[in-house]
Amino acid sequence: MSRGRPIAFNNARLVDPETGWDGPGAVVVSEGVIADVSRGKAMDGLSEDVRVIDCNGGMLAPGLIDLRVKTGEPGAETKETLRSAAQAAAAGGVTSIVVQPDTDPAVDDPSVVDFILRRAQDIESAHILAAGAATKGLKGEQMAEIGLMRDAGARYVTDVDRPIADSKVFRRILAYAAAFGMAVAHRPTDPWLSKGAAATEGEFAARLGLPSAPVVAERIGLERDLALAELTGGRLLVDQITCAAALEALDRAKGRGVKAVATASINHLSFNELDIGDYRTFAKVDPPLRAEDDRQALIEALASGLVDIVVSAHAPAPAEDKRLPFDEAAPGGVGLETLLPALLTLFHDGRLPLVDLIRTVTLAPAQFLGLPSGRIASGAPADLVLCDLSAPVVIDADRLVSKSKNSPFDGRRLQGQVLMTVTGGKIVHRAE
Amino acid sequence: MTTSAPGIDEVRARTFPFPRRHFLSALDLNVVEANGLLDLGDTFVELNRQTTKKLDLLKGRTLVNLFFENSTRTQSSFELAGKRLGADTMNMSVRTSSVAKGETLIDTAVTLNAMRPDLLVIRHASSGAAALLSQKVGCSVINAGDGQHEHPTQALLDALSMRRAFGSLAGLTVAICGDVMHSRVARSNVNLLNVLGAEVRLVGPPTLMPAGADRWGAQVFHDLERGIAGADVVMMLRLQLERMQGALVPSTREYFRYWGLDREKLKAASDRVRVMHPGPMNRGVEIDSDVADDPAISLIQDQVEMGVAARMAVLASLSARLDNDR
Repeated sequence: MSRGRPIAFNNARLVDPETGWDGPGAVVVSEGVIADVSRGKAMDGLSEDVRVIDCNGGMLAPGLIDLRVKTGEPGAETKETLRSAAQAAAAGGVTSIVVQPDTDPAVDDPSVVDFILRRAQDIESAHILAAGAATKGLKGEQMAEIGLMRDAGARYVTDVDRPIADSKVFRRILAYAAAFGMAVAHRPTDPWLSKGAAATEGEFAARLGLPSAPVVAERIGLERDLALAELTGGRLLVDQITCAAALEALDRAKGRGVKAVATASINHLSFNELDIGDYRTFAKVDPPLRAEDDRQALIEALASGLVDIVVSAHAPAPAEDKRLPFDEAAPGGVGLETLLPALLTLFHDGRLPLVDLIRTVTLAPAQFLGLPSGRIASGAPADLVLCDLSAPVVIDADRLVSKSKNSPFDGRRLQGQVLMTVTGGKIVHRAE
Repeated sequence: MTTSAPGIDEVRARTFPFPRRHFLSALDLNVVEANGLLDLGDTFVELNRQTTKKLDLLKGRTLVNLFFENSTRTQSSFELAGKRLGADTMNMSVRTSSVAKGETLIDTAVTLNAMRPDLLVIRHASSGAAALLSQKVGCSVINAGDGQHEHPTQALLDALSMRRAFGSLAGLTVAICGDVMHSRVARSNVNLLNVLGAEVRLVGPPTLMPAGADRWGAQVFHDLERGIAGADVVMMLRLQLERMQGALVPSTREYFRYWGLDREKLKAASDRVRVMHPGPMNRGVEIDSDVADDPAISLIQDQVEMGVAARMAVLASLSARLDNDR
């Protein structure tokens, strides 16, 4: 086993969001943890016993942590299994994933949390963590066993894509979960305004004749969620904020000290509503893609720190669910393998410094989950990604590791190639 | 009538290859192509008024009508257009096919494609369905209505009716009134009328007016009489009765009071105004029978006649394109 022999990653561009370091350095990994870190220079005089990997100046950063990953296990294994998702994660430099509870059966019971985490034990490609449902059957009515699921290992609760319409139920979930130290992730939207929508309301969607919802639906939903978080003192994870109107609401609430952490999906940072073009269902996501002004506002909010975390919103769907008329097609795209190169676009375009960008997919989600990873420090878990920042890549959906190939990035030219992924001290992916 | 019968030579001379393989949107046409199709349509109007209406322009071609939504009017119009041009026509409607059994649109398309049709006419309840189908088949696809997106042959037949009534569309003021939000007829008409140089207005309650309609190349009005003031053409749209649910409009009687067309409100329009409706009409909801049935102002019967001629023009032109491609 390679785990036995220490590995030195030498001659790297070390990026550590905890210290803010972005410069030359080296890391030695041993027994599944980071044993030694050198900042400012490469290591020399390493013992014979150490296996040395020359990074050639490539970026060495903490492995990515993705808070929002859907698989099809249990219930729809043809879409994605826990194993295939972990392999896709490894290929994308993602070392920890939080799988979502909207499976069949739903993860609304401690036994299903247990099932997932037991399956995860045999999978080395990535650390698999589980989120539990907030309500039984994700129906938004009866509270799920939040305490028991936490004890079984669930990291937070969420009803995923289904907004909890009943404000009283949502209030109680926030208050109850807080007693167990559990955060509640919630998609902010007014369920009546957004019902049946396949696109964002505006000139473009109207021309295409698509059912659409206005962006204020998100703001209305978010204002409620934030007000209830303030009332209860609960921890709210704003699941995929997408528009300027909602960002203003978040800014105001954060200013008042509301405990809210917000995520943005890589899709909303990378695309706008015009990308659905001629009814391109691979660009159909939920929430729908927004106007370019909203995308720009989202990037600025990420740069200012208003939005804390970026997620892939990995949502595998087989071709038969995508090759349908637009309003009938399944929403969502696979994203684990494209998350890092797509995110790097913001660095290459000069929108965010590299270390700040990397923080949104490493340290920030680690802190939200209470994990010791997401940083490069002695004693931290040896979860690392080595990436050639300048290598051009053309995304070819058919060549993705994920079982489903529904990538909105298909055909996109990006810059940044994952060369190696290390999970728990073991090399789980190497570029060919 | 002593109109000289247009012969096959004249039809051939006027037929030009369609600019694209498919006809999915009114935006597929530029002004020259649109007028070319209207000229060809005029020829077919004359032909259709003769005893012998049949040509062999599409001899050997197979036309399939694939209708996922009921429409006696459009389906029979395409069927007749195909038959008059000598094509073999076949109708497939959703109820008798396996689509109801969970077969997807693509499966149906692939199956149909294997039968090697030349022209496929599709109507479907989802916007973009015709575009999706066109990517999967080898024949020409004609959009006969996809959800709330487009219905381009309707816009063409409307333009043909207007051009025959007024001589030209350039500078004509056309008010499209009613449920613009859910109307593919409105979208196709706005697109084609803009190409042909008409001034377009959209009139309807705010709840039935799509976001950003004022940026479509049309002026938006919420008051019917102001919207049709001085208009040469008033085109009424059908109000689906299910719109009473979901708080779009409160009742048919209130709708008729404010947005229904009657003779009194029509006084606001131009003296030479003509009234149109794509059919089928809800009499007493969006239009009063008194107006709809007045041959001096109503073009509604003409629209049905022009439907066959306009569709013949489209079929002939697409077929010429297929000849060229081979």
